[in-house]
Amino acid sequence: MMTAQPPVMTSALPDARGYFGEFGGRFVPETLVPALDELIAAFESARHDPAFQRRFADLQATYTGRPTPLTYAARLSDYLGGARIYLKREDLAHTGAHKINNALGQALLAERMGKRRIVAETGAGQHGVATATVCALLGMECHVYMGSVDMARQRPNVFRMKLLGAEVIPVESGSRTLKDAINEAIRDWVTNVTTTHYLLGSALGPHPYPLIVREFQSVIGVEARAQILAQAGRLPDACIACVGGGSNSIGLFHAFRDDEDVDLIGVEAGGRGIATGEHAARFADSARGRPGVLHGTRSFVLQDADGQITDTHSISAGLDYASVGPEHAYLRQIERAFYTVATDDEALAAFQLLSQLEGIIPALESAHAIAEAIKRAPTMPRDAILLINLSGRGDKDLDTVISALGGES
Amino acid sequence: MSQATRTQTGLDALAAMFARTRAEGRAAFLPYYPVGYPTVEASLEAIQAMAAVGVDGFEIGIPFSDPLADGPTIQAATQVALRNGVTVRRCLEAVRELRARGVHQPMLLMGYLNPVLAYGPDAFARDARAAGADGLIIPDLPPEEADLLAAACAREGLALIFFLAPTSTDARIRLVAERTRGFIYVVSVTGVTGARAALPPGLGDFLARVRAQTDCPRVVGFGISGPEQARAMSGLAEGFIVGSALVRAGGQGVGTVRDLAAQIKAAIGRK
Ligand SMILES: Cc1ncc(COP(=O)(O)O)c(C=O)c1O
Repeated sequence: MMTAQPPVMTSALPDARGYFGEFGGRFVPETLVPALDELIAAFESARHDPAFQRRFADLQATYTGRPTPLTYAARLSDYLGGARIYLKREDLAHTGAHKINNALGQALLAERMGKRRIVAETGAGQHGVATATVCALLGMECHVYMGSVDMARQRPNVFRMKLLGAEVIPVESGSRTLKDAINEAIRDWVTNVTTTHYLLGSALGPHPYPLIVREFQSVIGVEARAQILAQAGRLPDACIACVGGGSNSIGLFHAFRDDEDVDLIGVEAGGRGIATGEHAARFADSARGRPGVLHGTRSFVLQDADGQITDTHSISAGLDYASVGPEHAYLRQIERAFYTVATDDEALAAFQLLSQLEGIIPALESAHAIAEAIKRAPTMPRDAILLINLSGRGDKDLDTVISALGGES
Repeated sequence: MSQATRTQTGLDALAAMFARTRAEGRAAFLPYYPVGYPTVEASLEAIQAMAAVGVDGFEIGIPFSDPLADGPTIQAATQVALRNGVTVRRCLEAVRELRARGVHQPMLLMGYLNPVLAYGPDAFARDARAAGADGLIIPDLPPEEADLLAAACAREGLALIFFLAPTSTDARIRLVAERTRGFIYVVSVTGVTGARAALPPGLGDFLARVRAQTDCPRVVGFGISGPEQARAMSGLAEGFIVGSALVRAGGQGVGTVRDLAAQIKAAIGRK
């Protein structure tokens, strides 16, 4: 068993300039530099402030509903006939996804900085809902930018945000998805920076966001690691999570970073297949996925030969993004984590299988992680363990799934 | 009309420009215009026409898919440019073409970082200079991330312009003043590009705060849209940039751009 703590490998990163190796940094218009400095200062002081930590922990327990359970997926494991599959149930967190962990933490930071106007972007709508929720909780003003394509495919979440008192602003530029929503949110932030906090929803963007989001999401892995030790008596052979911007995955991986025998596997959106070009697989598409700078950070970016950002496709709005958090680019480079893809069809099949065998309807994003487990478990012995992050629930996706399945199922 | 020929390049060309405008007791007028809007040829003609009315220099816009420091006017224009097939290479060719057509004023290439990285910082600086450009302005590149490009520009004698904004602290002002090469781009407002009706009230104080830290020329941009604001700039700063208003005019035809540039030019005094 793992007893001695091996030397800390990644938690010393990012460095003071926000770099994970050659990835990360802070590529923003000058107007935003002081706001990022202020955010770093607020985060560092909050981190060492027991009162802040107590308040955060208390809300996590009494409002978010943490710890979320770890569920042994007995029927799915039997059906696949290989490794035993455990599900970390972020779908059971308040608002139905892991996004609330980060939204709550950042909203408390905004309060600490005296900023009561919040802007956010959202793809699947889960981050927007989580942000609208914490703004309602703390009495803050909330504006959420969302691509009009995503508004159409995540209608229930648009309604939820409005019900929670947020303004939802449709974004009509570019591909009208997550990337364009981030552009608009940043433009709003640049304009209103003295009164406004940008509550970025994933482990991407300029330093310190990748650090802050990881720290607020790392509760997933901290809980899951203790739970699997308690329930299975040992660490898993692999942790698997879907990777959009990379927050639920980094949140799971971080606690296992020094457990060298635990494989860390991220699953990108394979869309209609890598060969079709219609996907959001920054790592898997070696032609278009290259290091570059988008939204303030240097990471892998889907781009054409001229450095223009290319359109992406995924059946899941939350994975439909042209870049990926810089720490993932680093973990992949040092071969601590490995990245694979699941296609739309594989995610849809996983969505149905988990619903039928476990009575759990996963978010389409999370279904990508399940799809990898479906491929991998049968190749593993029965005493092997896979720990899957079930990052969210699938209610928001019913429209999409109904039309994708053409009324079957 | 100014018949000056191009005897200096890069940083020297900018220094000569400021020496002349200072001698004339006025601010330098630098239009921004993107290559490819509404077509490549029309953009070249617009820039030529502005050169002919005697503007002092140019920012030549390189379009990018995700222009997050730009407001609706420049966003829309640069998306048109991309649909017209404009690439970084095409922008460099445009500069070469403009030089061939007799545009002698300093030209700074303005674009977002990723296309420059994709081209390769060293190759970009080399080819920009060879094409006849005098420097670079990259809004998503703060000085602490700029080492690679700064070295490439220094090798080629090119300007590399950094920004200050109303949110900048005195420490940032000192850092930017130390690292910028050519001038300091002073963003007039917290916000994105776009024509605005009036200059922001705090601008004079902010410019004075910058002056207290550095002698570097200050060029004000974002939101300056017409002759009135331009006239006000001559007492306040060493130069100013007009973007969205000229781009909007460009959508109506070369004549409209020329007229607006001529009005602004007339407002700031003699040629
Ligand atoms: C349920 C769920 N899982 C995963 C994601 C992907 O984001 P990330 O990679 O940041 O976890 C989203 C994003 O909206 C989501 O809603």
